[in-house]
Amino acid sequence: MAELTFRESIARGIAQEMRRDESVVFLGEDIGAAGGVFKGTVGLIEEFGGVRVRDTPISEQAILGAAMGAAMTGLRPIAEIMFSDFFAVCWDIVANEIAKSRYMTNGQMTFPLVIRSGNGGGLRFGAQHSQSVENWAMMVPGLKVVVPSNAVDVIGLMAASIRDNDPVIFLEAKALYSSKMDVPDGEIVDTLGTAKVLREGSNATLVALGAMVPRALEAATELAASGIDCTVVDVRSLVPLDTATILREVSATGRLFTVEENPRLCGWGAEVASIVADEIFYDLDGPIVRITTPHIPLPAADALEDMAIPSVERIVTTVHKSMNS
Amino acid sequence: MSSTKVAPTSSDLAHKVALYRSQYALRQFEKRAYDLFLEGLVKGTSHLSIGQEAIAAGVAAAMRSDDWTFATYRGHAHTLARGVPMTPVFAELMGRTNGLMAGKGGSMHLTSVEHGVMGSYAVIGAHLPIACGAAWSAQYRGTEQVAVAFFGDGSTNIGAFHEALNFAAVWKLPVIFFCENNLWMEYTRTSEVTAVANPAADRASAYGLESIIVDGNDADAVFEVTSAAFARARAGEGPSMIEAKTYRHGGHSRADPGKYRPDEELAEWMTKDPIPLYRTRLLEAGVSEDELVLIENEVDAEVDLATDEAKAGGVPGEDLLLKDVWADGGASWRN
Repeated sequence: MAELTFRESIARGIAQEMRRDESVVFLGEDIGAAGGVFKGTVGLIEEFGGVRVRDTPISEQAILGAAMGAAMTGLRPIAEIMFSDFFAVCWDIVANEIAKSRYMTNGQMTFPLVIRSGNGGGLRFGAQHSQSVENWAMMVPGLKVVVPSNAVDVIGLMAASIRDNDPVIFLEAKALYSSKMDVPDGEIVDTLGTAKVLREGSNATLVALGAMVPRALEAATELAASGIDCTVVDVRSLVPLDTATILREVSATGRLFTVEENPRLCGWGAEVASIVADEIFYDLDGPIVRITTPHIPLPAADALEDMAIPSVERIVTTVHKSMNS
Repeated sequence: MSSTKVAPTSSDLAHKVALYRSQYALRQFEKRAYDLFLEGLVKGTSHLSIGQEAIAAGVAAAMRSDDWTFATYRGHAHTLARGVPMTPVFAELMGRTNGLMAGKGGSMHLTSVEHGVMGSYAVIGAHLPIACGAAWSAQYRGTEQVAVAFFGDGSTNIGAFHEALNFAAVWKLPVIFFCENNLWMEYTRTSEVTAVANPAADRASAYGLESIIVDGNDADAVFEVTSAAFARARAGEGPSMIEAKTYRHGGHSRADPGKYRPDEELAEWMTKDPIPLYRTRLLEAGVSEDELVLIENEVDAEVDLATDEAKAGGVPGEDLLLKDVWADGGASWRN
């Protein structure tokens, strides 16, 4: 057992898989000698060398095109897009090429690749370095979307993503990079498409993702003190989506609150709300409530950014208001 | 017309006869594909290579069977030239179950992994970086395989082209970038929107590559210049870029009659039609008229048979609709 930060877990997860499989290679900007701009890849080039851990030019289309071409010819590449906002300059490769080519070729091609990227706000970087883009990826058929919320899950879900035979968009909440957790020794391998129930309650179910998970947990603690007992579900994987766990946990309490960092429109919670409304409407005791960032570009100033992204206080207030109305 | 002078080929006659057969087959396939549009059997869009066959045929002849082709939406010829049979390609154009991809890709996405045809890409420039990835994989595994990315003159102005060229040069990847400069994008002359006269070759030096221009209507010249590029790639000397001057006899796609092009220009290029030129070359080299007619008859019969076989294919059903989004063969995104 060792206490690791989220960022240290990234390197540990990648190293675990690179040790067991020679076909795993890693490319991206500043991932080698620099150890990653968020220091998430420290030590990898030293252990695996510059052939397997390879720095690239600032060419996101080339990075992801190379990952795709390598995957279709037998490698298992991991590609880094430094900030998820930069998916906008290489989205053709992601959405048109990687996501669709297996289907278009009637299954002739397989794309076992992982694209990992720093996602979300909290670092005061402004509108072009702070977006939560999970919904961009979620809406494209052919992409799996994984969003860990803690250091242990980072390792296990990274391993599962690398071993998976489909393309995985692996989004790392930048706000969590310095969060710490006790991590067991030895190999950790998780399962994609599995949500985790982090707390069982009886009055309401909070369904959260990524950086919103610790906030939902903290909110649940505060709410418990005022008599509202909440279940907290960590979604972990948007595609595949563990609807069985979500539906079961919402049925049990009769109330659903989603906690989403993405801007309001078409956030993942809207899909969850739709599924819950379709399938367990009669188990609900009140309206479904989505707690999200407003539908705005994220501002840079700390005071403004803190107002925009769902806070513990906003979760508590929203749940209180809705439960008592 | 070339900055790198290409000598006439010294390839043996059998090789040349095979190259003629390949070019003739590509031509006849495309003509039949056009007829099938007119019959309403091919839906959607399609982009024919009529006039440009010497390139697909000449490059394919220089490839090893385990090399990789990355084609564009104008990719029928490049796919067939690697040895993919005509029937599944016709059937793919017609959206039938016996299509190359059972009708799920269509004319613009022809793919046959078993023949090294690693896809046809319909967003301009996208496949250049993807070809780099295949080349990287070959380099990493030490297989001496080479990836070839075909693209048009218009692709030289999109970002992916420049990202791929720099990336391939820096990583010394075994990839060949093959520009088919047919002078026109869709309706616009490429020279009107391009800063340099030779859209690919004039950019080569920016990436430390040799500027190579070849007559794209001469299959022997294409074969020769491409063979040299393969040799460099297999020797670990990195990428090459080749610009071939050519012309499409028809419009950009099915919906385009190509009327924007001056009559004199088209007439001039018709005199450079690669297939009659190559036929004459073979006759002059001593191949008999009878032998060529025999080849042509065989190919014509192959086209007829493939057309009938393709037409006999089934209409895809719901089982295919939800198949192969994921590696497990299905389309499920939830439990």
